[in-house]
Amino acid sequence: MAGGTVPVPTPETAPFWAGTLAGELRIQQCNACGRHYFYPRPFCRYCQSGDVTWRTVAGTGRLVSYIINYRPVPPADPGEPQIIGLIELDEGPRMLSNIVGVAPEPENLPLDATVRVEFEPRGDQALPVFRLDGEAA
Amino acid sequence: MAGMHGGQVAIVGASETREVGVLPDRAMIQLHAEAALLALADAGLTAADVDGVATAGPLPLEVSHHLGITPRWLDGTMVGGCSFMLHVRHAAAAIASGAADVVLVSHGESGRSRVGVGGYRQNQASAQGQFEAPFGSVAPYCTFTVPALRFLHDRGLDRRALAEVVVAQREWAVGNPRAFRRKPATVEQVLDGPPIAYPFTREMCCVVTDGGGALVLTSAERAADLPGGEHAVYLLGSGEACEAPMMSQMDEVGSFGAFRRASAEAFATAQVSHADIDHLMGYDAFAHLPLYMLEDLGFVGRGESAAFIAEGNTRKGGKLPMNTNGGGLSYTHTGMYGMFAIQEAVRQLRGQAAVQVPDVQVSFVQGVGMFFGAAGSLVLSSRQP
Repeated sequence: MAGGTVPVPTPETAPFWAGTLAGELRIQQCNACGRHYFYPRPFCRYCQSGDVTWRTVAGTGRLVSYIINYRPVPPADPGEPQIIGLIELDEGPRMLSNIVGVAPEPENLPLDATVRVEFEPRGDQALPVFRLDGEAA
Repeated sequence: MAGMHGGQVAIVGASETREVGVLPDRAMIQLHAEAALLALADAGLTAADVDGVATAGPLPLEVSHHLGITPRWLDGTMVGGCSFMLHVRHAAAAIASGAADVVLVSHGESGRSRVGVGGYRQNQASAQGQFEAPFGSVAPYCTFTVPALRFLHDRGLDRRALAEVVVAQREWAVGNPRAFRRKPATVEQVLDGPPIAYPFTREMCCVVTDGGGALVLTSAERAADLPGGEHAVYLLGSGEACEAPMMSQMDEVGSFGAFRRASAEAFATAQVSHADIDHLMGYDAFAHLPLYMLEDLGFVGRGESAAFIAEGNTRKGGKLPMNTNGGGLSYTHTGMYGMFAIQEAVRQLRGQAAVQVPDVQVSFVQGVGMFFGAAGSLVLSSRQP
């Protein structure tokens, strides 16, 4: 991807961004109700329990929906279309990301395709982006 | 004590700015003032009669002071473009409880010319700033649009369904001299238009304009004594709901829970059924929203919205005329369209619309805000039950 804004971690999200810099996708799981949740916060989004654990997950999931953005907003490169996709991780949580490694054409992007995470540098951070499975780099 | 629903509170004044569209000669706050003063004149009231002020965008204290109003009730609820539906609902509660007697709800936005408005700066440490914006979802057309393919895919539809929405609504706009886009459109023309964010082409995205609108509400009892009382529009029911502040975290991608919850409460409080609705205004910043709404509000079953529109049911002479001003897609969209949806419902109920539907007695107005973040619903009637 050709640039964009740089996320600024907060104390509550810092472990997530430390994970991406280490090449790991880390999300939280509730020890009380067992569910994984996203985005990060120090209590469960479903049952509000504070008994939660960071887990490093495989980073596999499926493509739920997407757009091909032909008008990226600076600081992203306005000349390079972005594939902005909704990814549902195998553990359940959904996250927004980019699909990389494929030409931005609808025929390349079947919904429910399996995807796998990889990491791209962005400023002083690393972003989790996804590649269609079977085309792993 | 009177109730807030059942026609006990009325909209007695309503007006948009004299023009909507491209207004580089007016600052944002003047768009509020212009609409507010016109709405008060429409009601036969003055600023001195107003004791409650609600707005979103600027603070209610800014609008109050600018107009020389000293309110005893303020509402600055800000949930994006449907804020004004919530303001009407809150105003009704305030009037019913005696917390206010005459409430002004105002909107003004220099969405196109950007006169008298501050710059926008992304908060890169917010949840949206960390988990959506870095991937490019920073503007409405590359955020609000992302769930649409899922909706279409799950129903065996393609992007022609989006084009059909545009074409159906353009038919209303052609006859409306205030509409921004007035040329008749075909499905093929819409599909072949400049791509913005696949599956959306330009005409599937709302216009970007300047303008304002305002409403004046009071009790039905007081309305009867006002010059504006003869064209009073009554609030039968209302609902509001919210979900995630981030599109990616909405509970279901192919259906919006806040539409379902807000509309269900509006139907229940109004004590009307879908068959009682003569006219529907459904906030259409993008062409997929009327499809979600028709299904989530229960006007059609799951998967039936696209055919319902393609078959002409929302057009002139159809069984559910929808977005009869042309909608955000063709009429106007300042950034927070909800006020204009309410204004068109009021005009239709008064029999004063540019393209008038015969015999509209009950109108349903559905708003959305913050890119599938919030919803507000109103059931309005020309008659007190």
